[in-house]
Amino acid sequence: MRLEVRIAGFGGQGIIRAGLIVAMAASLYEDKNAVQTQSYGPESRGGSCRSEVVISDDEIDFPKVTDPDILVVMSQAAYTRYAGTLKSGGTLILDPDMIPQQQTMHDKRIYKVPATKMAEELGKTIIANVIMLGALTSITRIVDAEAMKKAILSNIPKGTEKLNLDAFEKGYEYGKKVLEESNA
Amino acid sequence: MSEKNKAILTGRHFFSGDLACAEGALAAGCRFFGGYPITPATEIAERMARRLPQVGGTYIQMEDEIASIAAVIGASYAGLKAMTATSGPGFSLMQENIGLAVMTEAPCVIVNVMRGGPSTGQPTMAGQQDVMQAKWGSHGDYEIIALTPSTVQEAFDLTIEAFNYAEAYRVPVMIMMDAIVGHMWERVTIPPADQIKIVNRKKPQVPREKYAPFKPDEDLVPPMAVFGDGYHFHATGLTHDEEGRPRTESIKTQQTLVQRLCDKIRKNADKIIQIRETMLDDAEIAVVAYGIEARAAWSAVRKARNAGIKAGLLRLITLWPFPEKQVAEVAKKVKTIVVPEMNYGQLVREVERAAKTTPVTFLSKLGEEPHKPEEILEAIKGGKH
Amino acid sequence: MAEQTTQIAHPLEPFLRKTTIPHIWCPGCGDGTILNSFVTALKELEVNLDKIAVISGIGCIGRIAGYTNTDSFHTTHGRPIPFAVGVKLANPELNVIVISGDGDLFAIGGNHFIHAARRNIGIKVICSNNFNYGMTGGQQGPTTPLASRTATTPFGNIEHPFNLVHLAAASGAVYVARWTTLHVRRMTESIKKAIQKEGFSFIEIVSPCPEIYGKASKIGTAMDFMNWFKKASVIQNFSDPAQAEITAEKIPVGEFVDVEKPTFEKLLREMTAQAQGKVTGGA
Ligand SMILES: Cc1ncc(C[n+]2csc(CCOP(=O)(O)OP(=O)(O)O)c2C)c(N)n1
Ligand code: SF4
Ligand SMILES: [Mg+2]
Repeated sequence: MRLEVRIAGFGGQGIIRAGLIVAMAASLYEDKNAVQTQSYGPESRGGSCRSEVVISDDEIDFPKVTDPDILVVMSQAAYTRYAGTLKSGGTLILDPDMIPQQQTMHDKRIYKVPATKMAEELGKTIIANVIMLGALTSITRIVDAEAMKKAILSNIPKGTEKLNLDAFEKGYEYGKKVLEESNA
Repeated sequence: MSEKNKAILTGRHFFSGDLACAEGALAAGCRFFGGYPITPATEIAERMARRLPQVGGTYIQMEDEIASIAAVIGASYAGLKAMTATSGPGFSLMQENIGLAVMTEAPCVIVNVMRGGPSTGQPTMAGQQDVMQAKWGSHGDYEIIALTPSTVQEAFDLTIEAFNYAEAYRVPVMIMMDAIVGHMWERVTIPPADQIKIVNRKKPQVPREKYAPFKPDEDLVPPMAVFGDGYHFHATGLTHDEEGRPRTESIKTQQTLVQRLCDKIRKNADKIIQIRETMLDDAEIAVVAYGIEARAAWSAVRKARNAGIKAGLLRLITLWPFPEKQVAEVAKKVKTIVVPEMNYGQLVREVERAAKTTPVTFLSKLGEEPHKPEEILEAIKGGKH
Repeated sequence: MAEQTTQIAHPLEPFLRKTTIPHIWCPGCGDGTILNSFVTALKELEVNLDKIAVISGIGCIGRIAGYTNTDSFHTTHGRPIPFAVGVKLANPELNVIVISGDGDLFAIGGNHFIHAARRNIGIKVICSNNFNYGMTGGQQGPTTPLASRTATTPFGNIEHPFNLVHLAAASGAVYVARWTTLHVRRMTESIKKAIQKEGFSFIEIVSPCPEIYGKASKIGTAMDFMNWFKKASVIQNFSDPAQAEITAEKIPVGEFVDVEKPTFEKLLREMTAQAQGKVTGGA
């Protein structure tokens, strides 16, 4: 089965890295195939950017995402641009504090994870992407939490392991909570 | 860790096409990189800057791409496997010295991570707009070898093969990788060192007095001495005889030399050319594609088969020498051919030439995104009736 | 030792590639003097010829690589320096010598010159400065004197020429000298010094092109050039390179720079030794 994930926000939020971690978790730490592609403007900071992942049990032919099953958005611009591209019945995870203007969408499962605010509480805004990854993991079960943690650990600077794992746990627990709430 | 083990990172990795290309070079034995930063090829230079010193090799950032390719040819003549990596603007600057590498038969590898042109164009966007330049960019008649990966694993594998071809045929070999493959991340499996096939240039078997640096063996490739080995040989970009002496007015020397430089590739084309055929056996419609477009085409062909349409894919791995015979054979079997490219019509002309009377539909895409599989599927369906 | 009859060979013969000679240069051309001086330096130094690589660009002087009995490479126009950089870094044991023209090294190849000097890569660059593009028929070049007539400055040159000594010194060369083809002995000594020196070395040889530039500029024959060199040359060892401009009245010659500075190869070697301990894995 082919699963398409799009993560979007602006440069500096760790969007590209987040996509890489998801793809790496699936492809190196679980026995799946995965490919990550990305797109960003000429400016490496600040501009809009997106990171896309395709995961499949089969060999992946087309590596680009066309109709995402899962969409993670961390900026208003990304939300405005991509919310409509999500498949009907797809999963939308968003950071509500970054996206003041939202529409109602009845055919999609929407989960709000205030990753940026939670990252601020941990004292490091740059960790918001890892919090999002935690939430993504518990909400979608896209990959196993252990695989995701391994992928996170091989993508971060030495000395930041604890911070990153804490962030992941926080996001994971928050995701579990919002999932239960929506199922209730 | 031995030097070889440091160079060959046996195991499973998650790499971009650019990184895989750098690691492929190291695994092939590349020990010199001369380059100049340019999007979207910079990651190759950065990786080499870190990795080459670890394995006792040399990385140097030159003052421009003209200098980069000149230094690469120099390093090759001094005995190292050498490489540079660039994108369109830098590739254009390199053209004169690519001709020099052809003329002096300097083994070397040139990577072009293709972005959108002409001129500065779209630095962060992908293209396949330099595939004809790879063959025709320098002046005069010549042949080079150009390979194009569709997956990150292939970026690794083909870079090793590029070095092998360069060494075997004493010719510049190009990796023409669109920026999507260059920046795409996938799993790469690096085999143990003893499972990687490595080709090294032939060394002269005769003493210095008898060595004629451009006297070919039967395969049309001359053995290559290395600067410092005592052969005291001369190489020049001028038309030269087998001794390496300039022969600027000899018609016969010009004919012999230019023909041999071309023929050593043309006559070995069957050994060099690599293609992949998918579902072509009973196909009525063939898609001919390469690089990232081949993956869109593969998806389209699968979709077509699901819809009961007999479509197949001919994926070109070797772009030059152009797989003329292979395309012609497919053309004979099918009713029509579809060629999607990320340019405004380049390799399609070669396909048309090889396909003779079989009609060819060209699909153009300009600016970052490759064709969507559905777009190619539409063209396949259009060719059905 | 048993007695034997030997044919008398020219003492410099082992240093020349006999198969490419006769050379292409015009009678009275200074390039022959430079070749003579260069191979004399090799002979007197008793260097291992196997470890010498001569690299040249395109131009009359560019043919010199073909005439020396060493490993040699005749590159494209303007590119002998980056080619030599590749050779030197691939095998630092080699003594890599670039011999080329003023147009080759300072017009089309000027960027390479300043950067190789800045990096202090241990190649040796010898420039035959004949004030014009000899090979293509005497066009103006980067050292053509102001007001001089050439094939492309029929009304006189309106460009200011480079002071190559100053350029080399400012770019970071550790050895800089200038001689004319009149100063054969001193030129040879400078070449010997450069060959033995670590780091980027530069020697400018002011050289007559009687056939073309001599006629266009009205300087005249090879003899007239020699008379000019004799009259105008002033030895000014270690004087200010900025003051070393060549004029009709004065050609400052001598050694201008001779300093020590870590070479690129040395720093590279040290960095490599350090890096070899560290290997970055994949992932
Ligand atoms: C790219 C390129 N442009 C132009 C030429 C033509 N060309 C050959 S030699 C030369 C000038 C040589 O002048 P210089 O380097 O001063 O050497 P000289 O002949 O004076 O010794 C030129 C312009 C060329 N060969 N290649
Ligand atoms: S044209 Fe001038 S520089 Fe060239 S060989 Fe003749 S005299 Fe020498
Ligand atoms: Mg000149």
